Order: sequence, then C-alpha cells, then structure tokens
Amino acid sequence: MKEKINLTINGRSVTAEKGMNVLEASLRNNIYIPHLCFHAELQPAGACRLCMVELDGQRTTIACKTPVEEGMVVRTESPEISETRKVALELLVADHDTDCLNCVQNTKCALQRVADHVGMNLKRLQRLKFREEKLPVDDSNPFFTFNPNRCVLCGICVRTCSEVQGAEAIDFTNRGSEAIVAGFGAKPRIESNCESCGECVVRCPVGALTEKDYERPTHQVRTVCSFCGCGCGLFLGVRDNRIVSAKGDINSRASQGRLCVKGRFGFRFVNHPERLTSPLIKKDGEFVEASWDEALDLIVEKFSRFKGDQFAAISSAKCTNEDNYLTQKFTRAVMGTNNIDHCARL
Amino acid sequence: MTNSIAEIGDASVIMAVGTNTTSGHPIIGQQVRAAKRKGSKLIVVNPKEIDLARTADHFLRLKPGTDVTLLMGMARVILDEGLYDKSFIEQRCEGFDAFVGSLAAFDLDSVEKVTGVPKDAIAAAARCYASGQPASILYCMGVTQHVQGTDNVLAVSNLAMLTGNIGKPSSGVNPLRGQNNVQGACDMGCLPNVYPGYQPVALEEVRAKFESAWGAKLTDSPGLTHTEIFDSMFSGSIKALYLVGENPYISEANSSHATEAMEKVEFMVVQDIFLTESARYADVVLPAASFAEKDGTFTNTERRVQRVRRAIEPVGDSRADWQIVCEIARRMNAKGFDFSSPEEIMREIASVTPSYGGITFKRLEYGGLQWPCPTEDHPGTPILHTERFPTDTGKGKFKPLAYRKSAEEPDEQYPLILTTDRSLYHFHGTMTRRVYGLNILEKEEMLRINPEDAVQFGLKDKGKVRVTSRHGTVETKVLITDKCPRGMVSMTFHFAETPTNIMTCSELDPVAKTPTTKVCTVRVESV
Repeated sequence: MKEKINLTINGRSVTAEKGMNVLEASLRNNIYIPHLCFHAELQPAGACRLCMVELDGQRTTIACKTPVEEGMVVRTESPEISETRKVALELLVADHDTDCLNCVQNTKCALQRVADHVGMNLKRLQRLKFREEKLPVDDSNPFFTFNPNRCVLCGICVRTCSEVQGAEAIDFTNRGSEAIVAGFGAKPRIESNCESCGECVVRCPVGALTEKDYERPTHQVRTVCSFCGCGCGLFLGVRDNRIVSAKGDINSRASQGRLCVKGRFGFRFVNHPERLTSPLIKKDGEFVEASWDEALDLIVEKFSRFKGDQFAAISSAKCTNEDNYLTQKFTRAVMGTNNIDHCARL
Repeated sequence: MTNSIAEIGDASVIMAVGTNTTSGHPIIGQQVRAAKRKGSKLIVVNPKEIDLARTADHFLRLKPGTDVTLLMGMARVILDEGLYDKSFIEQRCEGFDAFVGSLAAFDLDSVEKVTGVPKDAIAAAARCYASGQPASILYCMGVTQHVQGTDNVLAVSNLAMLTGNIGKPSSGVNPLRGQNNVQGACDMGCLPNVYPGYQPVALEEVRAKFESAWGAKLTDSPGLTHTEIFDSMFSGSIKALYLVGENPYISEANSSHATEAMEKVEFMVVQDIFLTESARYADVVLPAASFAEKDGTFTNTERRVQRVRRAIEPVGDSRADWQIVCEIARRMNAKGFDFSSPEEIMREIASVTPSYGGITFKRLEYGGLQWPCPTEDHPGTPILHTERFPTDTGKGKFKPLAYRKSAEEPDEQYPLILTTDRSLYHFHGTMTRRVYGLNILEKEEMLRINPEDAVQFGLKDKGKVRVTSRHGTVETKVLITDKCPRGMVSMTFHFAETPTNIMTCSELDPVAKTPTTKVCTVRVESV
C-alpha cells in the first residue's frame, strides 16, 4: 500500500496516494478537471493548460504537474480559471475540424468533453481563426490516418512514441500557430522511422490519429496473440462472426496492454477469402473438394498401412498446447513411432 | 527464459546476443528500450547494426559464427580481472576448473583476430556485463542457428554463472522463443526424444507411466528430428507425413531438398488454415481452424501458460486441430481420444506432465501461470534455478568450450556470408502475407548489402540481383545499407516468391540438430 495523502478538493475531503498529481487525485475521486494532454501511462507534459486549479486559496497552477501534499486545499473552478480555460480552449478549437459526426472519436472525444464543460462561443471563435484552408491529411500509413485538422497538439502521441514504444519517430515541428506533429523532415508518416505499432493511435484523445477501415465490434473476446513468442494479451473485437479489431489487454503480465504492428493490425488473415474451408483430396494431380468423411477415411486407410517408423508427424508451434499434446500422443500411441518434431529446431 | 519479460526493464545491464529484439520480439524490444532510458547499460552482440545498436553502450560487431570465441574472450577478461562471483561459483556451480582451463586459448589478441572485434571493446563490454548487477542476457536465433549453436548457448550460460547472474530477478539466460507456442509445443513433447514435460522416451519407468496412462504399447527408440525426417522422406524410409501448420517450402534450411522430399513421400496430409506452398504437395489437405476460432492454451517465451479463447465460429467447414486428430484416432479404433473440450485435454496433460501438474483452465481465468507449476496450490515459477539447477547434482555445470569453424567459409567462388533475419512487419509469411497493410509496409524481399560490397560486386540500389549459394539461387532486389558489415549480406524468408531458404545450408549442430541458417556463403551478380 502506498502512503495515503489527505487533501480537500472543492470543499470535499478526499484521499490520494503519495506520488499522484492533483489531476489524478481529482479524477480518482470523480471530480472532473478539463484536460487533454494528460495520460496515466505517460510523463505529464503540462501542454494544454486546461487543468488549471487554485491551490490553498492563493496561486493558480496546472494540476497535472502538481504532486499532492498533505492538507492541500484545491479549487478546480473560479471565475479566473474559467476565463483562462475558455481562451485556452478557443485557441485549440479555432482551426479544429468540427465535423464531429464524421469522426471515429465522436462521443469518445476528450475535446468534446472539455468543450461541454468549459462552454463554447462560436462568435468569439471566428476572431481567432488562423487558417482558411485545411491542412493535408496524412494517410500514407496503411493502418492509420493522421488528420492534423483534428489535432490538439497535446503531444500524447509524441510522448507515446518516445516513452512507450521508444521509436522516437515523431515530434513537434514549427512554432506557434504553425506547430504540427510530424516525422523527421515532415515527410509522410510512412517515410519516417514509425514502426506502425499504433500505440499513439489508441492514446490519441481526439480524432487526429484514427485506425483505417475501423468497424466497431459488437463484443470483444480476451485471448493471446498468435504471432511471436511474447504472448501478448489481446482482445479480439467481433462483429457478425468476423474479427474486426484487436486491442491490448492491460492486465496481461506479459505485455501490459502493449501490442506491435502485427498484433494490433495483423488479424485480417483470419477472415481472408483464401482460408481453406473444405477438405481437399488430390485426384489426377488436382485438388478436389471432399467431405470430411471421405478425407478422413482415406487418411485412416493410408495411415494404417504406414504404422511404425515409416510414419512421421510435424506438429505446429502455431497450434495450442492441447492440439500439440494430441498430435504427439497420436503419433506415439496410435502410429507407434517417436518420429514427431516441430519447427523449434529451425 | 529463466526470468520473466516484465523483469527485463529493471536489469542494470542487458546483453542482447543474436537477437534483433525490436523486430523479432517487439514488446520485449520495448522493455529493452525502456531500461535503457532509465539508465541501464546495453551491450549488443550482432554482426548487423540492428536498431538497438543505435543506443547501445557497447556494440560488438562480430564476424558471423564467432560467438563462442567472443563470449569466451569476455569470460577470460572477467576471470583475469577478478570480476567473477566467487561465492556463487563455489556454492552453486561445478566444473569451474576445466572451464578456466579452456579459457587459456582465448587471449584477447586471438579473440580479436577470430571475431574481428577490437580487443578493447571486448574488454570494456566484459567489464560492463560483470560489474552491473543484475545483468540479463537475451538471445535468439543468431545464437542457435549455427553449427556451433549448442556451444553458443553454453558460452552464454557460462558467462551468466561466472557472474552469478542466474536465479535472481532481472538476471538470467533468456532465449526469446520465436513462435507464439514453440515453447508449448516443446513442453507438450512434440520432440522425438521426450514425452510431455521433457520426460525421456528411452527411460523405462517413464515409458511405463505413459503406456499405462495412454493404454498403448510405446517404442523406446527416440525418433527422428525435423531435418532427419525430411532426409528420410527423401531416401524413402519414411513413407507417410502428417504435416500440421507448417510450411517447409519457405522455412526449412536448404528448402529445395525438403520440397523434393515432399514430392517423393508416398502419402502426405497437410492440415493448415491456408493452401500453403507446401500443401500443394499433399495428397489430402484438411482445413484447420485459426487461433481465433478455438479454445486452448499457448505457452509464451517466459513459460507462461495463457488461455486462448474462441472469438468466432470456425471459418467454412474448418475444424480445430485437436478435433481432427481425435477424429482420425477414433476412426483407427484408438482409445483415449474421446475428448469433448480442450479443458478436458489439459486435465490429461496435467496428470502426466509434472511441470504442468497444477495448471487448470479455471486457474488460467485469472491470468497466466508460469511453469513449473506442479500442484494446484503452486503459484507458478517466474524465475528458474533460484536454489538449485535441474541437474543430477543440483549444481550449474560450467562447460569448457573450443572454437569451431562454420560449415561454410567465404572463398573466391562464394565470397559473401548470407545470414537470414526477420522483418518487424512479417512473421513467417503464411499469415502476414495475407494482411494487406503489412505488405504495404514491407512488400518484397531485399538483399541487404554494405555500400562497399555493392560497389565491388557492381550492384545498384533497388537494382536486381541474382544470389547463388552452393544449394540454390534466387533473384531479388538490392538494398544498400551500412547496417550490414562488409562481407555479410542478409535476407528475410517471408516471401514465397523469393524462397531464401533454398540457398541456406542444412549442415546441423551436432547436438541440437539445428541447421546453420545464419551462415551460408553466396555470390551476387547484377541482372
């Protein structure tokens, strides 16, 4: 157990753990403070300036950069704070593409929540508008799109790429109202050293980074990735008996919610049209579809003739333990040979 | 792995030998990068300048196939400078004197000559590895896919024992297993010499136990290994092959030999999710369900048994592999194949496999369990060898080692060494080649070659090249990069239209019978 810290937020006595910041303590106690650039898995950046709070009736500061202290008195709302947040939000939204219905993040968007809390005035926005033309959308990556018109420059993607993935493929470039997140030389994302892990896409609080061809699953099933030996925990999203998404399992001891490009985006082989859907028997050099009975009877007839050391089985490191156990049991107990191996030696 | 993935981030020193971790095991690669950011020291041993080498404190760019010499050279420095863990060696190990004797041949001048790594760099890396505790060694196929593969692994474990880096958190000898369930397939006894849980087929009492559990007479002679099976199909002594979920056409060393063997074998059944290149040689092809369509368990590289759950119905008329095997066995009037679910199969596995004795589907609902997990109240084992080693004496055994040359060495006709590696964007190919986006990110094979070699052999970047070894020839495109050292070229093997493995050398490690796919000599010609 971490040490408990007692503090007061908006007149309510609450407890937090030592090491938390005021924003985390507040959110943990169901007191919403507007924020965009904070992410629990990343170092706080203090970039969006929305989580402004008043401390001990004196100074205002940003909650995400302020560690909790015993006896601290926090006010999350005041006329001064409201005014500051309004301006901060207006600067963010002035050039934002507000076609929300057309955005995958609609109803899940952190900016919508902030706007809902802070309040918006369209007339005031007009005076801040900087761009007439929209910025070009980068859809060079086959799995996700970067739409700078929906970016709030929170830097979560930048910190994710450096702190989580360690690829350091993207950063802020240009200054002031020209600022944008980009790879080296501001070339299309696919030409950067982006590893397409998608960790930034899952953390983007708005609709700037979105998965291509996204279909919302009707339900999700907890399982394990089938590519390499890391054994990352996976939630497969299902819709109409098809796999439509993959999400990291934060409770997985092996992967702690992380996935690589294959684990996150590589699931589409499952429902690929080339999947084998029927047994095939070779007749006169050509494969012909057959029933299971026909195929199995043929196998049984042939296998019965080749018992002992003239038989061998190669099992699969892609299959489950249960599949593998039975394949070796069959080879040994039924076929009477120890000629069983798999790709571990390769 | 002796230790767990989550421990790597807390290692004080990480030594990555023959693993391109950020490509082959991306999530473990993240851990290494995270440790480095927190201040850990990183030693990279690899002929190629892999991504981790960019930030490594010590990058030892050795000549392919000289790992034993390099690692023994490091051990020699640690010994000579008194940096070894005397009490660990005295209390936990044996065979130290013979090992020390074998170090005599590895003075740094000779080591530099053989490995091509400057002796000062070797000494600095050795000091770094020995002085930071805990230190974790990660290794992968760059260590094992050699004729000296077993010796390489022994050299790694010598180094870990010498510095007492075993049996403690964030230390250890950590082989990164390639496939999602290659650890499990080994654990389940899909090996010719052992039953499930590595119980030897040649041991009378073990065989008696399985005969009684399975109600069948079992043979005591160990079977053939993977490569030997294909040799025997080629020579005609094996007449029927049951090939489940594997594609030797692209994955087998010297694969044209394997392909000919598949042509020759009298009867071949392939059970897979796609009609692979190898499946075309089958007499019967059975459609299997993918991982998303069945229940069961996978065991990952840290020995963690985890639940795989059925998300969708089997595609078309496909069936789970366990169901197919049961159906064939029952039709052959065999007893002991009347399972109605993978959960029931796991109960039988637990009953005959001591290290899986305490594993049940019910327990796995709450997260994975790391074997050995002998009883239902055992919490599993995140770290191996904490008190004793699984040897006859319970002690860790130092092994004296000597340098042996690779099967093929560059000569006038074949002046370059070809080594195979993997792309982040593909697994072997059967699955990932059928994911559109992954083929945008990496769409075709490329021969990676050093700029100076490219000039010497008249190759142009993106130009076509014919690559020829003693075993086969392929045509592909050129990618000029200084990530490859002079004298070494690399190719992946994900692309069936460029079957790299028809060129690789199937000379085997004498113990593990692993082919030497990391060292094969080739020549290159512009076409």
